[in-house]
Amino acid sequence: MTVNMTKGQAISLEKQGGGTLTSVRMGLGWQAAPRRGLFGSRTREIDLDASAVLFADKQPVDVVFFRHLVSDDGSVRHTGDNLVGGAGQGGDDESILVDLQRVPVHIDQIVFTVNSFTGQTFQEVQNAFCRIVDETNGQELARYTLDGGGQYTAQIMAKVHRAGAGWQMTAIGNPSNGRTFQDLMPAILPHL
Amino acid sequence: MTAELVRGQNHPLPRTRLEIRVSAGTPIVAGATLGDESGTVRGTEWVAHPGTPTLPGLEVSRQAAADHRLAVDLEALPQDVHRVNVLLALPPGTAGPARFAAVAAPFVAVTGLDGTEVASYTITGLDAESAVVALELYRRNGAWKVRAIGQGYAGGLADMLVDQGLPQARELAAVILDAVALGASRSVAAPPPRTSDEARVRTGAPGTGGSDGGPAAAAPEAAQQPLSDGGPIDYAHPRRKTTAPPPPPPTAPPAAPGEPPVPVAGDATGWSMEERLYNQVWGMFEDLARTTASYRSAVDFADSRMEQELDRALADPRSRIGSTGDRAREEASARREQLVDRAREAFDRDLAQLTAESEVVEPALPPAYARWDNPVWHGYRVPMEIPMALRVGDLRLPERPELRIPMLVRLPLERGLWIDAGRSGSEAAAFMDAEQVKRLAVETAVALAARMLAVYPAHEFAVHVVDPAGAAAGAFAPLTRAGVLGEPPAAGAQGVAAVLARLTERVDLLQMAARAGAGADALPPGMDTAEQLLIVNDFPHGFDDRAVNQLRYLADEGPSVGVHLLMVADREDASAYGPVLQPLWRSLLRLTPVPDDHLADPWVGHAWTYEPPLVPAGSAILGQVLGQVADARRAWPR
Repeated sequence: MTVNMTKGQAISLEKQGGGTLTSVRMGLGWQAAPRRGLFGSRTREIDLDASAVLFADKQPVDVVFFRHLVSDDGSVRHTGDNLVGGAGQGGDDESILVDLQRVPVHIDQIVFTVNSFTGQTFQEVQNAFCRIVDETNGQELARYTLDGGGQYTAQIMAKVHRAGAGWQMTAIGNPSNGRTFQDLMPAILPHL
Repeated sequence: MTAELVRGQNHPLPRTRLEIRVSAGTPIVAGATLGDESGTVRGTEWVAHPGTPTLPGLEVSRQAAADHRLAVDLEALPQDVHRVNVLLALPPGTAGPARFAAVAAPFVAVTGLDGTEVASYTITGLDAESAVVALELYRRNGAWKVRAIGQGYAGGLADMLVDQGLPQARELAAVILDAVALGASRSVAAPPPRTSDEARVRTGAPGTGGSDGGPAAAAPEAAQQPLSDGGPIDYAHPRRKTTAPPPPPPTAPPAAPGEPPVPVAGDATGWSMEERLYNQVWGMFEDLARTTASYRSAVDFADSRMEQELDRALADPRSRIGSTGDRAREEASARREQLVDRAREAFDRDLAQLTAESEVVEPALPPAYARWDNPVWHGYRVPMEIPMALRVGDLRLPERPELRIPMLVRLPLERGLWIDAGRSGSEAAAFMDAEQVKRLAVETAVALAARMLAVYPAHEFAVHVVDPAGAAAGAFAPLTRAGVLGEPPAAGAQGVAAVLARLTERVDLLQMAARAGAGADALPPGMDTAEQLLIVNDFPHGFDDRAVNQLRYLADEGPSVGVHLLMVADREDASAYGPVLQPLWRSLLRLTPVPDDHLADPWVGHAWTYEPPLVPAGSAILGQVLGQVADARRAWPR
């Protein structure tokens, strides 16, 4: 059952049959909007980047993004940078895998962000979405649609945070502007 | 709020304890210089670089990396320091780019200890420069500010240091680059891609590889193939003979609910058991590196949080007297204990899993991957095929010294080995006398050479020994006694010259054949196709300039045509040659004859303690194995 999340909505990442999730994936997929104008071959490529920022007590301690594909502890992995999108034709173009059991104990929040590296706003992308998938069975837990989003180049998607012995996910969906996650840091901090 | 600086712009620094983060797309060297009021660097003790990574109030990384974090405590700097220059340089002599134009614009950010960014600067517009002053932190009217500089130097570090008024600039630049090179020789290379065609074919499905002498016979050609030019392109893989699916891997029995799965040897991807074990060992290496990183970062975080909380408690004047302060202190340390305990729990769980895995994997290892005390060596038979890799020692971390990961390097060797016979390089060796270290170093070399002889098929591997003074005749006895050397160890300057001349000629011939696109049949008749290993003891004793040049040539050109170097040397003995030999040391993998923590892993860069593959005391296994190798050479025709 997919939940089309709304802003601020929190869902527990506990499985229906008891037991918590062990591994989740944040998937990001998009296609460039068709180009108006004369020179069709001058493609307007859009490079969206998915990043995950690991926080301990509201301090960023590690970041997984296209230049640092695996967190130092190995629990969070980025599958690699996709510069143009559309490869999956509805599937994920970039993914970040989180092995929740192996996340270091001091990390209590992981924030997922999406940035437009090439600078186009989300108005110019088509079929852009971001989803959280239970990696053990491929079930989609939550999905966000990014397009029609307006004049901004980044979005703070969601955070996964510790709740009791397990993990919980909260949708944030806060638009922002910036080229990489570094630009988003001030915007992320209020959501912790 | 972050200030994005442009060149020349400055910004006040609100704090004195700062981190400077550097990220570049390629490994770079990061350092810092301190300057007085006029901006002059007074001496080498005012420069923090990979060779001297810590100064009061300043810490930089030990090696070249794509990402750096420099720690700065402006209050802890000497009183007469008024400027701190953060500098970046591309390490020369490596495979990486030599000018900043060829790399992505480096990004530098000044952050507080909590990660909040104060100012950032992207250094753009660089061209032929190979060194650049990125930022300057400076004292103005008692307060510190940061300024974006972005001044590049085409002449590299040396020019930059000269410009900062350092008297010994050139010498220091050499020292820095040397330290970076040592850093490079300290690191374990990342494993090659796991399912490359080469790996699949090398070990092929059983029964299909050995028909024409096996991949071993084809190995010398491997280096020549890509060099051939002209003629139609053959898209078929030269040695692919099999497309049969591999036998299924052993599967772990399903785990009881709530318990971790029981580990099984060979539980990794691969086309043969050997490749699966290789991948499994690398997987264990990576898991241990990462799980330890996770534990260490959690403990570090707990410590720094406690310190901050204590600082806060002390800063409050009400809590200085009475029980409030005590309670705050107790709470802070309790919170630390709690987090460390949880981290320890997760770490112990992972270690238990890895230990259990190690316990099933070690006994299942083939001789090439096994320690000398593994019973598999007692059933040793001379192999028909070259193995994928060779265990050159063990790696461990201080958190769990009994968990030892095999250090596997791919065969044929991609770079030579250097057994450090000096005492200055490692702590354990510093307590031993020089002779003892030298003897252990030769023993390590003999153990490694014996392993290589044993895991190659008969006649596929030849060992030459150069021992100019005959100083290690006793230690080389296992090799000479078994008769596995082509000729007795070469002694004296003449002997050195003769062996080097022969191997140099061999490299020349093979390279010529490779360039001409000719196969192994174009070589002179009677030339053996075996891989060659040259053990050099007591370097540079008995070496003249010509011999040194030949040795460097062998180190550079040899590996691609199957001529490898195993140096047993103390770097200080060769110091008279100065920087001429730096490329030589840089090209070799440094190993130590005593356990020493000098190897860095390719993922998080922990310092791993390397343990040499010495034969257990009193064991006769080395003699037995070498005896079998000698017997096989006699029994089988070439």
